[in-house]
Amino acid sequence: MRTDSILRIEELRVEYRSRELRQPARVAVRGLNLEVAAGEVFGFLGPNGAGKTTTINVLLGFVPPTSGAAYLFGVDVRRPIARQRIGYLPEQTYYYRFLSAEELLRFYGRLFQLAGGELDRRVVAALRLVDLEPVRRRPLRTYSKGMLQRIGLAQALINDPDLLILDEPTSGLDPVGRMKVREIIQRLKHEGKTVFFSSHELGEVETVCDRVGILCGGELKAAGRVTDLVREHQANLEQVFLRLIGYTPALPPAEGGVPGVGGAAAEIRR
Amino acid sequence: MSKVWALAGLVVWELYRRKDFYVLFVLTALITVLMGSAGLLHGVRAVRYVEELCLLLIWISALVIAVTTTARQLPAEREHRTLFPLLAKPVTRTEVILGKALGCWVATGLCLVVFYLFFGLVSAVREQAWPLASSLQALWLHWWMLAVVVAMSLLGSLLFATPAANATVQFLVAGGILLVGRHLNTVALGLPEPGQTLIYGLYFAIPHLELFDVRDLIVHDWAPVPWWACAAATLYAAAYAAAFLVLAAVTFRRQPLQ
Repeated sequence: MRTDSILRIEELRVEYRSRELRQPARVAVRGLNLEVAAGEVFGFLGPNGAGKTTTINVLLGFVPPTSGAAYLFGVDVRRPIARQRIGYLPEQTYYYRFLSAEELLRFYGRLFQLAGGELDRRVVAALRLVDLEPVRRRPLRTYSKGMLQRIGLAQALINDPDLLILDEPTSGLDPVGRMKVREIIQRLKHEGKTVFFSSHELGEVETVCDRVGILCGGELKAAGRVTDLVREHQANLEQVFLRLIGYTPALPPAEGGVPGVGGAAAEIRR
Repeated sequence: MSKVWALAGLVVWELYRRKDFYVLFVLTALITVLMGSAGLLHGVRAVRYVEELCLLLIWISALVIAVTTTARQLPAEREHRTLFPLLAKPVTRTEVILGKALGCWVATGLCLVVFYLFFGLVSAVREQAWPLASSLQALWLHWWMLAVVVAMSLLGSLLFATPAANATVQFLVAGGILLVGRHLNTVALGLPEPGQTLIYGLYFAIPHLELFDVRDLIVHDWAPVPWWACAAATLYAAAYAAAFLVLAAVTFRRQPLQ
């Protein structure tokens, strides 16, 4: 066990019981062990239904573990105090649309027991970081998807967290929106924040992450530095990812090799 | 406690932003017009009759606002998925329940103040008199009765599938208690066992909302009830509201979020 780990998951197993009688429970996560050190940017990869969001839901106390445990800053995630120093951005932005950006940040700030000048300072800093200060009084219902994603990041940063948990932060964004979110993550990394994020965007993960974990069928297939994984498997991250999740291409690669999945599939076949 | 107040503030702010308060103003205006039309009628009895109607309208409006506002709070948080970023903060589910209940209760209280203020002003203008003590007692007891209704509705929002189903059940329960609650013991006397025990049990278990209805004090210009009785009724309502909120908190903590 690392002494500087901020996030620790031990033998985590999560089962969802079926609502129908005599149906077996569905195992979402099985025997997951993971540690993330302070100041690290950790990418949590996996295909849809791999158990990434379930793991994040356990970390946030939304879903109780069937067995095993998870800790944030050494505190069991089932205790609300474990969430005092974290920021969370959900996969899709769900906020009170009758509020303006400033009102939303003030509300969330109060939940962290911020008040007065300190709250004002944090609200302004968060809005500046995500470039939303000029539109801070506009109701959220008038925001575009990219702006909502950025206000999501701002609310995740309102308490100046030491650990940020981002669930597919660039999902559904246009290239500019993605770039902005990526820049913010890079900036947070330079500020020494720990970032734990799940993503499908392998290029993005390769750019910003120190370490990655690849999850498939609820099991951790590999974890380590991107460079180490690439060297070990002698392939790029996309090929490593496809190989570890056991992807078998259904179609033969196009003549001369086509970039993208076709190209990766060709590499795997070889 | 600051987290609970922050959550309560959000509920009041939402009501204001969702223009729900406009409904209140329209209803208030309606009451005022009704009061004014009493000028067409003559005699004390006619005025009292109109006053009684106005107060009944206030009771129905307040009950509608309390139930509909409370019934949609938690289902809306789930439906719009705002519950997830909320519970990702250092907030317990019990604090969410308390914040929502407090917010709905305060919002309903604000509505009541506006209703009673309009009613009092029109009464004062027409009759050159305003039974202040009786009006204050009526407002206070009415507000505490709504605390019980808010707590019941919040619990119902965790038990029933939709806000509409919850609201319907709450209207039936509250209406039923107000209309027949006080007669249940008399009904029980005339029943064979085990119906008698059952109805007696129900009589002692339900919150007697009708105890908080002191509209007659205003209509007939009677003396206010003793203040100790007012305090006892407050404690009675607080105990029932607390019990429903504890049940709601326990239920909410046990419910999966997804």
